[in-house]
Amino acid sequence: MSKKVIPIGPYHPLQEEPEFFTLYVDGETVTDIDIEIGYNHRAIEKIAESKSYDQVTFLVERICGICSTSHPFAYSNAIDNLLEIEVPERALYIRTIIGELERIHSHLLWLGLAGHFLGYNTVWMWAWRYREPILDIFERISGNRNHYAMFKPGGVRRDLDEADFPWIKKTLKGLIPKFDMFKGAVIDDPVIRARTEGIGILTKQDVHDYSVVGPTARASGVAIDIRRDDPYAAYDRVDWKVITAEGGGVFAKAIVRILELYESTNIVLQCLDKIPKGPIETNIKDMPVGEGIGRHEAPRGEVFHYIMSDGGNGPARHKVRAPSYVNIASNKKAVIGETVSDATIILAAVDPCYCCTERMAVVDAKSGTKLMDGQDLIRLSQEKTARMKK
Amino acid sequence: MIKYLFNFIVFPGFLFTAVIGLAASWIDRKVTARVQWRVGPPWYQPFVDLVKLSIKEITVPKSASKPLFFFSPLIGLSAVILASTFIWLANMGSWSVGFSGDIIVVLYLLTIPAIALMLGASASGNPLASLGVSREMKLMLAYELPFIIILTVPIIKSGGILRLADLVLFQEANGAFVTSISGVLAILVGIFCMQAKLGLVPFDMGEAETEIMAGVYIEYSGMLLAIFKLTKTMMLVAMPVFLVTIFWGGFSIWKYVILLVVIILMRNTNPRVRIDQAMRFFWGKMTFIAAMAALLAVMGM
Repeated sequence: MSKKVIPIGPYHPLQEEPEFFTLYVDGETVTDIDIEIGYNHRAIEKIAESKSYDQVTFLVERICGICSTSHPFAYSNAIDNLLEIEVPERALYIRTIIGELERIHSHLLWLGLAGHFLGYNTVWMWAWRYREPILDIFERISGNRNHYAMFKPGGVRRDLDEADFPWIKKTLKGLIPKFDMFKGAVIDDPVIRARTEGIGILTKQDVHDYSVVGPTARASGVAIDIRRDDPYAAYDRVDWKVITAEGGGVFAKAIVRILELYESTNIVLQCLDKIPKGPIETNIKDMPVGEGIGRHEAPRGEVFHYIMSDGGNGPARHKVRAPSYVNIASNKKAVIGETVSDATIILAAVDPCYCCTERMAVVDAKSGTKLMDGQDLIRLSQEKTARMKK
Repeated sequence: MIKYLFNFIVFPGFLFTAVIGLAASWIDRKVTARVQWRVGPPWYQPFVDLVKLSIKEITVPKSASKPLFFFSPLIGLSAVILASTFIWLANMGSWSVGFSGDIIVVLYLLTIPAIALMLGASASGNPLASLGVSREMKLMLAYELPFIIILTVPIIKSGGILRLADLVLFQEANGAFVTSISGVLAILVGIFCMQAKLGLVPFDMGEAETEIMAGVYIEYSGMLLAIFKLTKTMMLVAMPVFLVTIFWGGFSIWKYVILLVVIILMRNTNPRVRIDQAMRFFWGKMTFIAAMAALLAVMGM
């Protein structure tokens, strides 16, 4: 059969976000892949420069709908780092609880989508059904199911009510048998194993070459986790371990995510037991001139926020790097040589999140020529930084 | 002549099978929905879907070969109508219009919907459709082999009867084939082949929504898509009833419902397999079991 092009995207049932993979196929085998992102650029970093520090928390929360707390988490860490302040203990625990609950619902969402991509719609619906209790917990805690608006620089916005703790614990413990069910369904089901084992392999070397982060890296046996490597919030005050798996295929990625469900539940339960009483925020008066960085281990890997302050009301420069940006590139390694039927699940196995990954280029709409690409924009940005440093 | 036309168009051919098929597809959707914690559609949903699709615009791709693109849905539909007419009439004693060898004719007719689908899809000129066609073709090559082998089981056991109605009569007199070991093995293989013929999970790689966006159906719309969907719905009646007829002593509602439940359960408890895995499955395990069944049938078990 002759060489053909199979387009996945920009609108494709595989993902609910615009992205464009061009698969070059020979029969069913993928021989090459082009990855194009940037269909939904929203200029978040630019908007951030026109907002006050407090408003930016809400802005970055809207970068992604699934891991909506990762960005405020990393952003708050960055501001705390810039201010060099001690965040109250209770706020640290609340941050940890929110972050881990989010990991649970994000991993369940991925599990459901993975089932859907494999044509296993029952797993899809069931995983999303058991995601609901987590969203209920969020609604009880914050009043919102998805954008919780809990974070602020120097603390959290809303306190947890001790009266809710027994109910939260009961709901979480009730989910553990369901996680067992999913674990059994993935590990024991011969057809799922046959479909996911040994495909989309990333070796340890590939992980280093592509700087892959998060569960995608941990599935290749590389134990990187910001929560342990650079402790923040209350992660060094509770007992948990970094989950890794060997193999690096889609199966290993699924196993890592499923086992992380248990760890996250464990962390939340410990935090609920240990959480101290006290204030939940610090009063921030002045913003000094300087820089701050914040990192957070989002469900998909490391989120990185950089804040530059000129002493004004809002950030002078705000830089976001989301984990999917590096993870998606690793698809080039994972997909080539596999079949088209496996390509979809491999592309989905990094749990890609396009909305936080978008980059832009300046294009002349009439002629369609590219006036500026990513490199030019980086150069512009560096020039601006240099001007400001003077 | 009038009687034949009536049989073909109204009962038990086109209208009757279509209504039963749409009802069965509602059961399928409803049970699937309940398994997946959803509410599911009301009973008339498949009918409404069909009507809605029929009045939608038909778009034809520029690259399509038009006659083939338009006629292949009709080829598939007429084949499944004829097959279901034969199968139903074989279960109705004196109504039967079958002839010696009609089991072979029905076997051919039941493969035509898949072939028509491939013809139409390759006529559309879409690369995703052609990928779907290549999968569908490999799948067909895979499942037809064990399917033909198990069809020899009732023929051997009945001493060479090739007429569907006579097979039913033979089973009424001597007990259904499914009560013997060879019959059990044969119907087991038959159920897997049926799932593949119906193009349902785990063997729906020809239209794999999340991989190749409905593959073979990708360029079809409006009335033509409705005809393909109707063909598939009628196969949901024709195939189980065919298996019941030749292995299980003739049609009855509960036998049909049991097979329908098996189909629904299988499609809700499995992910889609890859085409090479499906071929290995059918040419390996299934062909082996089918050959065993034929061998046991020769030995009289």
